[in-house]
Amino acid sequence: MNRHRLRRWLGRTGLYASVILLVSPAVLFFLWMLSLSLKNELDNTAYPPVFIPHPPTLANFVDVFEKNDFLTYTINSVIVSFSATGLALLLGVPAGYGIAKAKATKAAALILVARVTPGLSYLIPLFLMFQWLGMIGTLTPLVITHLVITVPIVVWIMIGFFEGLPGELEEAALVDGATIWQAFVHVAMPLARPGIMVAMILSFIFSWNNFIFGVVLAGRTTRTLPVAVYNVLTFEQISWGPLAAAALVVTAPVLLLTLLMQREIVAGLTAGGVKGG
Amino acid sequence: MSATAATTLLRPDARRGRAYARHYWAFAVPAATVVLLVILFPWIFTVFMSLHDWKVTGATPFVGLANYAKMLQDERFLWAIVRTVWFTIGTVVAPMLLGVWAAVCFASNFRLRGLARTLFVLPMMATPVAIALVWTMMFHPQLGVLNYLLTSVGLPPSSWVYDSSTVIPTLVMVETWQWTPLVMLIVLGGIASLPLEPYEAAILDGASAWQMFRHITLPLVWPFIMVAAVIRLIDALKTFDTIYVITLGGPGTSSETLNILLYQTAFAYYDLGYGSAIVVVFFLLILLISLLLLRVRQREAWR
Repeated sequence: MNRHRLRRWLGRTGLYASVILLVSPAVLFFLWMLSLSLKNELDNTAYPPVFIPHPPTLANFVDVFEKNDFLTYTINSVIVSFSATGLALLLGVPAGYGIAKAKATKAAALILVARVTPGLSYLIPLFLMFQWLGMIGTLTPLVITHLVITVPIVVWIMIGFFEGLPGELEEAALVDGATIWQAFVHVAMPLARPGIMVAMILSFIFSWNNFIFGVVLAGRTTRTLPVAVYNVLTFEQISWGPLAAAALVVTAPVLLLTLLMQREIVAGLTAGGVKGG
Repeated sequence: MSATAATTLLRPDARRGRAYARHYWAFAVPAATVVLLVILFPWIFTVFMSLHDWKVTGATPFVGLANYAKMLQDERFLWAIVRTVWFTIGTVVAPMLLGVWAAVCFASNFRLRGLARTLFVLPMMATPVAIALVWTMMFHPQLGVLNYLLTSVGLPPSSWVYDSSTVIPTLVMVETWQWTPLVMLIVLGGIASLPLEPYEAAILDGASAWQMFRHITLPLVWPFIMVAAVIRLIDALKTFDTIYVITLGGPGTSSETLNILLYQTAFAYYDLGYGSAIVVVFFLLILLISLLLLRVRQREAWR
């Protein structure tokens, strides 16, 4: 009896120790990022390092927006990610429905190919094409290439969702004389709203995070935030405070979304193993 | 659209479901068109370009397979392959081991599990470029916080990404930190779907936690582990952001993987013909692994 209890106690302790060990690299990293962004330059280059900002300052954040035109880049990022996500929903939700209903596993495999292809591998011809069309320097090429990330995510998640829905309600609608389009819009889509939410969040996040398309296709005024923050590193003398602040500005929306929508995000990621780029 | 729907409506009820199956294709046409335009056209054009000596300006003479022949003699390319393999092994094995361990932990019940899981998932959701910049600051040889932590526990400082012998292990560490959560989520999904009966029986027989993991969890979750492994393998080969931001393939070319070399060839040296040839080889490699993924998925469905 006593041995049994000891074993149980050891098991619990081991579990808690493991969880702390697993979670702490993530937690400590983001705390250090926050710490860097809230310290003045003197404390940031001090050795041994200063861990807790004293006093904390927002000067780095002000600096980022004043010196680097981050407002423009934020607007660019918002336009690109929202357009790419919106278009992907428009194209991908019906596609997911069609593939799920027709049980078209081959089409699903095609989506998988889009998921595994490295983004860089179709950038050479697209870069040339956009150059011929005179579109370099506008946001259009970015929106179009981001579709490569967002459409597969949406289709993939929606296939899973529509497959899980019972078909009886739509069949009833069809018997009552609805067209399949009406059955889709008025019956299946409202039922799949949670799935659309998951698809929207994930496709937005992975579009927002994308770097590789921007670094090749964006001009000086059309940079998205990830490209802009990379340029802070290369073109300024390294000052850690503003750099950390800029990094935090770029990734904060995504981190907040993850914290607020954790249930949806975990469900979506578990289903598809999705990742952009 | 409405015309076809109307004609189908005239059919007897019993056949309706099957008759509709064909029309559901129409729903996928717009998405398929976009995917084909944005992906298929570039592939065909890439193969075409790889057969030419194609710079951004000037003539583009046909050179046959010369670009491919050049690859076999290009030491930089061959070294990039070696490095990619080495980097890929590291960034598959480490996240797989840690990810399975994490999944087993997060499958048990404990206080604040939801919060812990969300915090654990944050690295894979965060913007890779932003993350990479912060790592770069942490790796600073004199002022970086990591060397401070190492020396404060009595270990020698590391040169992290500033030395050719430590750069790849360091990048593997960053990738492991970032992508272990994805493995964890996929495997956790597998564990969550397991039946409870074998565990109940094992507890009655007095099995230890390790025995239960080894003889029940591991064999039953194996298909999910394989899916996670193949997904990780593909993502590892595709790694770009982290390496580009932290080292740009340096110091020298000691962390230049295939993807970085591809970027440099095409967009720094503007040798688009040779870059395209590298793309073709790279793509064939990825396609081979994707077929592997499909087979794994099918096997999973058969069980």
